[in-house]
Amino acid sequence: MQKIMVCIKRVVDYNVRVRVKPDGSGVMLDGVKMSINPFDEIALEEALRVKERGTQIEVIAVSIGILDTQQQLRTALAMGADRAILVQTDKAVEPLTAAQTFLALVKKEAPDLVFLGKQAIDDDANQTGQMLAALWDRPQATYASKVDLNLNVASVTREVDAGLETIEVDLPAVITVDLRLNEPRYVKLPDIMKAKKKTLDVTTFDALGVSAEALLTTLKTEAPAQRLKGVMVKDVAELVDALKKKGLIS
Amino acid sequence: MNKILIIGEHDGKVLNPATAKCITCAKSIADAEITVLLLGADTASVASQAAAVSGVKTVLRVDRAENAHPLAAIFAPQVVAVAADFTHVLGPTTSFGKDLMPRVAALLGVAQVSDLMAVETPYRFRRPIYAGNAIITVEASATRKLVATVRVASFEASPAGGSATIESKSLNVVLPTHTRYVGAKSGSTERPDLQTASKVISGGRALGSADNFKLLYSLADKLGAAVGASRAAVDAGYAPNEMQVGQTGKIISPEVYIAIGISGAIQHLTGIKDARTIVAINKDSEAPIFEVADLGLVGDLFQIVPELERLLKA
Ligand SMILES: Cc1cc2nc3c(=O)[nH]c(=O)nc-3n(C[C@H](O)[C@H](O)[C@H](O)COP(=O)(O)OP(=O)(O)OC[C@H]3O[C@@H](n4cnc5c(N)ncnc54)[C@H](O)[C@@H]3O)c2cc1C
Ligand SMILES: Nc1ncnc2c1ncn2[C@@H]1O[C@H](COP(=O)(O)O)[C@@H](O)[C@H]1O
Repeated sequence: MQKIMVCIKRVVDYNVRVRVKPDGSGVMLDGVKMSINPFDEIALEEALRVKERGTQIEVIAVSIGILDTQQQLRTALAMGADRAILVQTDKAVEPLTAAQTFLALVKKEAPDLVFLGKQAIDDDANQTGQMLAALWDRPQATYASKVDLNLNVASVTREVDAGLETIEVDLPAVITVDLRLNEPRYVKLPDIMKAKKKTLDVTTFDALGVSAEALLTTLKTEAPAQRLKGVMVKDVAELVDALKKKGLIS
Repeated sequence: MNKILIIGEHDGKVLNPATAKCITCAKSIADAEITVLLLGADTASVASQAAAVSGVKTVLRVDRAENAHPLAAIFAPQVVAVAADFTHVLGPTTSFGKDLMPRVAALLGVAQVSDLMAVETPYRFRRPIYAGNAIITVEASATRKLVATVRVASFEASPAGGSATIESKSLNVVLPTHTRYVGAKSGSTERPDLQTASKVISGGRALGSADNFKLLYSLADKLGAAVGASRAAVDAGYAPNEMQVGQTGKIISPEVYIAIGISGAIQHLTGIKDARTIVAINKDSEAPIFEVADLGLVGDLFQIVPELERLLKA
């Protein structure tokens, strides 16, 4: 194992309550706090733990996004990534384009493992890792809650609807991570200073030969239907009565 | 005509109810002709279950030893081979469909529409983003194959009453050996399945221990309900991961959802928005869960839950 690539997306912080623009053209993003997608922090943490167990492993954090995404990549470098690559674009990027872009980077860097989040909490697509694995013609282990590495094989426990499933994949492979895989570390001030000296390259779709054609058109964005405010009951007896009236219990 | 291929989900014995929900979704596409594809080691019994769902014209069986477990890397090239004859390829938004369908889409060189919640035209759909805080209408090109996952909580299961033709198919596809199934562990219970139950009782961090969750199991058994949990409860080890409800757990749409000692974080609410009735029990009258609850009761769950069980018995 020599190289691990980790995909880091800049997204609206998970604590922000996202609101739809009144004209239906999208969601309000002005002045909203942006962060690393929470799953991607876990992906990076896992890569760093592998690195800390082994020797001579390079961890590369990669992202596709606007120039300000450098902030999230700097955080990734402060957490412990060795270097970072930003594929700069002002366009909204569909998962297939993201996967094609990561494939181009994979061809260049030849990592043994690529870690991604299982889903980005903005588009909630849950696609990019699987698409990258398909285009790369390599294994995918999605929704990882445990990863064991043994020479050229990864044994991955996956969170599936029925419980937990374990699969074995040959490296190189793509692993997408779930929340319970680990608890990401906090960044310390000296690490932020150190990270300033690490390499952060900025490149483009053109330089990588990615067409970045949009295949889906978003026609409008709406707020979800609101539930009507309910009633408060004063005690258990009243609750049981109310449930009976609704025919929910007999 | 829209020729729709639905990737059936099953465990070798039972057709997952998510498949009948995908069929309902497909039926809402104009001029649809619906085929269900089953990949497995022996799909004879699930094929007859799929053929009996109303709306299905054909069930295609691809039986092969390598298909004993649903590994996306093994299934995807087979789905792609079958997809040649279809305009749409749909799978459920379950861990099975989420894993498989993007791999299929990428091999086909098309985008995927994830979590389709409503069909507007054969190529225009509504889907949630930002944990359901916004709903977008997206359109895909009618000149390419459409790949999508169907948000199962948004569709009722298509009823019985079909009599589809069952065909076996052998595919000349070379399968990779780089991905191998090792084993599975599930906390299988006698209780109803969380994703299809009409009643669900969920517990949060407030339960305080795995032992205290027994309070909920006991109440659930009284009501014939399934039991769910918040992420905080799962993370703390009070409940197994397959019980998690929410953005990263299960999205459910029961008749009644009873949230006990759950604060109501957006990521949790995403999972229960489609519940017909939400009941919240929480000692904090300011808890956000009360903003979405149809019935709310402020108080200590350790008093309320046993009393509730007592009153239900009476
Ligand atoms: C990317 C991401 C994804 C996530 N996905 C999910 C998800 O899928 N599902 C999910 O649930 N969460 C998810 N979360 C976590 C979510 O943000 C919350 O942290 C979590 O839902 C809180 O769980 P809780 O309500 O049980 O705990 P708390 O928020 O701690 O709430 C406990 C509640 O219990 C009440 N209480 C305490 N004692 C009693 C008592 N004796 N009687 C009655 N009430 C009592 C308190 O008033 C409080 O409201 C996600 C978070 C992130 C960042
Ligand atoms: N623009 C992007 N930049 C970096 N990583 C991304 C980007 N888009 C997707 N990813 C990665 O792919 C994962 C899944 O994203 P998605 O398929 O959009 O839900 C994310 O958790 C990231 O790891």
